[in-house]
Amino acid sequence: MSTYTSDTPDDRAAMLAAIGAKSIDDLFADIPAGVRLDRDLNLPTGKAEFEVFDHLSELADKNIHSDREISFLGAGMYDHYVPALVDSIITRSEFLTPYTPYQPEVSQGGLQVMFEYQTAIAELTGLDVSNASVYEGPSAMAAAGYLAQLENGRDKFVVSQAVNPQYRETLKTNAHGYGTEVVEVPATDGLTDPAALAEVIDADTAAVFIQNPNFFGAIEDVQALVDAAKAHDALVVCVADPLTLGVLAPPGDFGVDICVGEGQTLGNRLDFGGPSFGFFAAAKKLIRRMPGRIAGETTDVDGRRGWVLTLQTREQHIRREKATSNICTSQALNALAGVIYLSWLGRQGIVELGELMLKRTAYAREVLGAVDGVEILFDAPVFREFAIKLDAPVRGVLDQLALDGINGGYPIGLDYPEYENTILVAITEKRSKEQIDLFAKSLASAVAASKTGVGAEA
Amino acid sequence: MQAEKATTIYEKSKPGRRASTLPVLDVPDVSVEDLLPASAIRKTPPRLPEISEPEIVRHYNKLSRRNFDLDSGFYPLGSCTMKHNPKLHERAAALPGFARLHPLQSSERAQGALELMYNLEGALSEITGLPHVSLQPSAGSHGELAGVLLTKAYHEDRGETRTKVLAPDTSHGTNPATVTMAGYETVKVATNERGGVDLDDLREKATTDVACLMLTNPNTLGLFDENIEEIAKIMHDVGATLYYDGANLNAVMGISRPGDMGFDIVHMNLHKSFTQPHGGGGPGSGPIAVSERMAPYLPKPRIVKKEGRFRYDFDQPKSIGRLRGFQGNFGVFVRTYAYICSLGGEGLKAASETAVLNANYMLEKGKQNERVNKYLPVAFDRTAKHEYVLSAAESKRQLDVRATDIAKRLLDLGYHPPTIYFPLLVDEALMIEPTETETMETLDGFIEALDQILEEAEKDPAFVQNAPYTTPVRRLDEAAAARSPVVTQDLDLLP
Ligand SMILES: Cc1ncc(COP(=O)(O)O)c(C=O)c1O
Repeated sequence: MSTYTSDTPDDRAAMLAAIGAKSIDDLFADIPAGVRLDRDLNLPTGKAEFEVFDHLSELADKNIHSDREISFLGAGMYDHYVPALVDSIITRSEFLTPYTPYQPEVSQGGLQVMFEYQTAIAELTGLDVSNASVYEGPSAMAAAGYLAQLENGRDKFVVSQAVNPQYRETLKTNAHGYGTEVVEVPATDGLTDPAALAEVIDADTAAVFIQNPNFFGAIEDVQALVDAAKAHDALVVCVADPLTLGVLAPPGDFGVDICVGEGQTLGNRLDFGGPSFGFFAAAKKLIRRMPGRIAGETTDVDGRRGWVLTLQTREQHIRREKATSNICTSQALNALAGVIYLSWLGRQGIVELGELMLKRTAYAREVLGAVDGVEILFDAPVFREFAIKLDAPVRGVLDQLALDGINGGYPIGLDYPEYENTILVAITEKRSKEQIDLFAKSLASAVAASKTGVGAEA
Repeated sequence: MQAEKATTIYEKSKPGRRASTLPVLDVPDVSVEDLLPASAIRKTPPRLPEISEPEIVRHYNKLSRRNFDLDSGFYPLGSCTMKHNPKLHERAAALPGFARLHPLQSSERAQGALELMYNLEGALSEITGLPHVSLQPSAGSHGELAGVLLTKAYHEDRGETRTKVLAPDTSHGTNPATVTMAGYETVKVATNERGGVDLDDLREKATTDVACLMLTNPNTLGLFDENIEEIAKIMHDVGATLYYDGANLNAVMGISRPGDMGFDIVHMNLHKSFTQPHGGGGPGSGPIAVSERMAPYLPKPRIVKKEGRFRYDFDQPKSIGRLRGFQGNFGVFVRTYAYICSLGGEGLKAASETAVLNANYMLEKGKQNERVNKYLPVAFDRTAKHEYVLSAAESKRQLDVRATDIAKRLLDLGYHPPTIYFPLLVDEALMIEPTETETMETLDGFIEALDQILEEAEKDPAFVQNAPYTTPVRRLDEAAAARSPVVTQDLDLLP
């Protein structure tokens, strides 16, 4: 059994003596008998370090992870390569084991990282300011909703159904708390229809939520959607993937007020859904309502350059019930991975990586679309993801593909019943032409087999 | 710690340098303009740093040396529970079967991960004494939000509209912030002379329009509220729920369970009580555990076990919904689970006992030290749980040396200071939490350091007022930073 404590029996005796207690139990005498646990916790007894590791290894081995199959699964998190230097830096204890930089003099490293991170996110999104991270993508969008509602006091959100379903659900959960209504606008052919959106936006609309590329991987006409919102002075919140912003125009260029999203694609591992980080960038006028921590540049008493946590008067430890969010512990380490990754990619790398994904996606769309019994679901231009419709039960096809070591993607019928037997396919820089060709081949036989019923039960 | 001039990675950038390597294009080279509408294409590349791998590594290694970390020194940051992070955990969390597992992998192909989560839920249920657990919330305050939304759903389901949530004046700032986000008004409850909830004040404020009382026990003064059974009764009598802020769970694991105290909803801070690295401010994880009557409202999906297999159950019609994407901070679950497996039930209890022993030892050593006791008396002098609060009000009055001055001087002496100016109830508060992983010698050393600082202050207050002296930068101008915030580097100004 491990304890990780360092006291000896003699220490304990000496410490108790110093306190004037006869036993450890004396220190708990103020806990009423009625609420004392009068038995041991019903948990297995402690184990040696290697036994714990073996047990965890066994559990890990029961999972089919992205090294054990060719994965086309995305829908919010992606199988991107995490360069080796990221792990090497973020596991340094000086980054791994401190807490929030409450004492800036001994936290300049972490604070400067936040500042560098904020700069990168602002630059990528085309917005003025960024905070130092929030939990993850969907709750970042919900936080943007809270800001909008604080900013203009209106009580309605308008959300495109082309926004990732998990983001929309999270927004609804949060909005119910502070009493804001959420109105969804259906997507047509994989895109948000600006006219349909305009129809429901009115003077009560606090914010309009869109995503680009949207959940289906499709490129929205962002300007038209922003214009529809601005006609009623609603704030526009755009969900984006920062890794696409080497190639795609930054949301800020279209007049988007807040850009949020999932940072996993920036040097963070999949980790079965987290931890990663959410990013949050905004127009300058919103800085005093922005949630979460922000690092700011300043000088010390000797005139040296340094960084501190700034605008803390927005935060829960000062403004309490009037705070712009309740975030305390956020995702600083994951944001550090993000800024290391962005430095690794660099100015050229992010463009090249984006173009590579774009071109491979176009190729994949062509070869998968050519498979007998497979149709490309939407015509809109796409970035890294696109939906295919199968002429066969989706479950059976995915199971067949799995037998060939391929994860075909995400069956979107789970969230959109109108799109039955469809798969959202994601292409990252890790998916080579060879793998895409293999997928097409395997898909052809899987569709054929599933149509005849073979393997449908697999 | 390094004192050389700070330079950002953008200032080290030079056109044409790079670190990334990418595969060559192996598909037809269709132009970007042919694939995307012109308006969708970025006109100029984002100005990310142009820098080589060795230079990136050096840059961040240099920055790391400008950080104080738990693995290098004592970090008695009260309320934050900075305990040792076992090294096994990083190795376990990095197993490809966890680290490279996609969250939308079908449940049949993620059985190991779901089993781990299921087992962890079970263990947290046993530790809290509450039968149902959701691992979804991302941190303590996120757990609070889940809990208060759960309360709202519970009352709404019963056709009741309640408008207020009670919280002691010692409560953490996240509590009132959460209350507002959930659409309630916060009502403060006073603290009695023993540091617990003032029962008379509570009785007066516990009306039928109160939805919930948020309480941590032991509270942020480090004191166990002896009246907890009565408090629970008062709240339940008016139909309110009782919410446990679990930030201080480290004091009572295996000794007293929130469920047995009468709490309906509990959040845990896995990053505090269960040895997660704090990562410079996160990630964390804030699972909630609830009683039977609150279970229908838990976030979805939940994990269920049927015929030996694990799967998601989305069929939760009364659920508050989803609080975030995917399954929660799974990587944190792996570490927590490893910790619980390592310690077992008796080990968790021993950890709490040692944490409380260490806190009381330190408290007592401080009291026995004439100077420390004179200038920094204990705010509420009772047996503490795992943390306690000193007040620097006397030091300020007699020496003109404030809590923040003492904190800054501690930096010179190689210690991370305690939490200062919290809880708000205590004037010039210094909140000390040693945790169970520190040795007696370390605790003695810290008290000696306080003594030294106060002695210095007696001789020359200005010396302490102007500390620190040995850190890479000295007192930073926070007012200027807030007045005209510079929160990004102006890339236009770089060559
Ligand atoms: C008493 C108390 N409650 C709540 C919180 C918030 O927890 P988290 O930082 O995980 O959001 C903290 C964190 O410092 C705390 O100490």
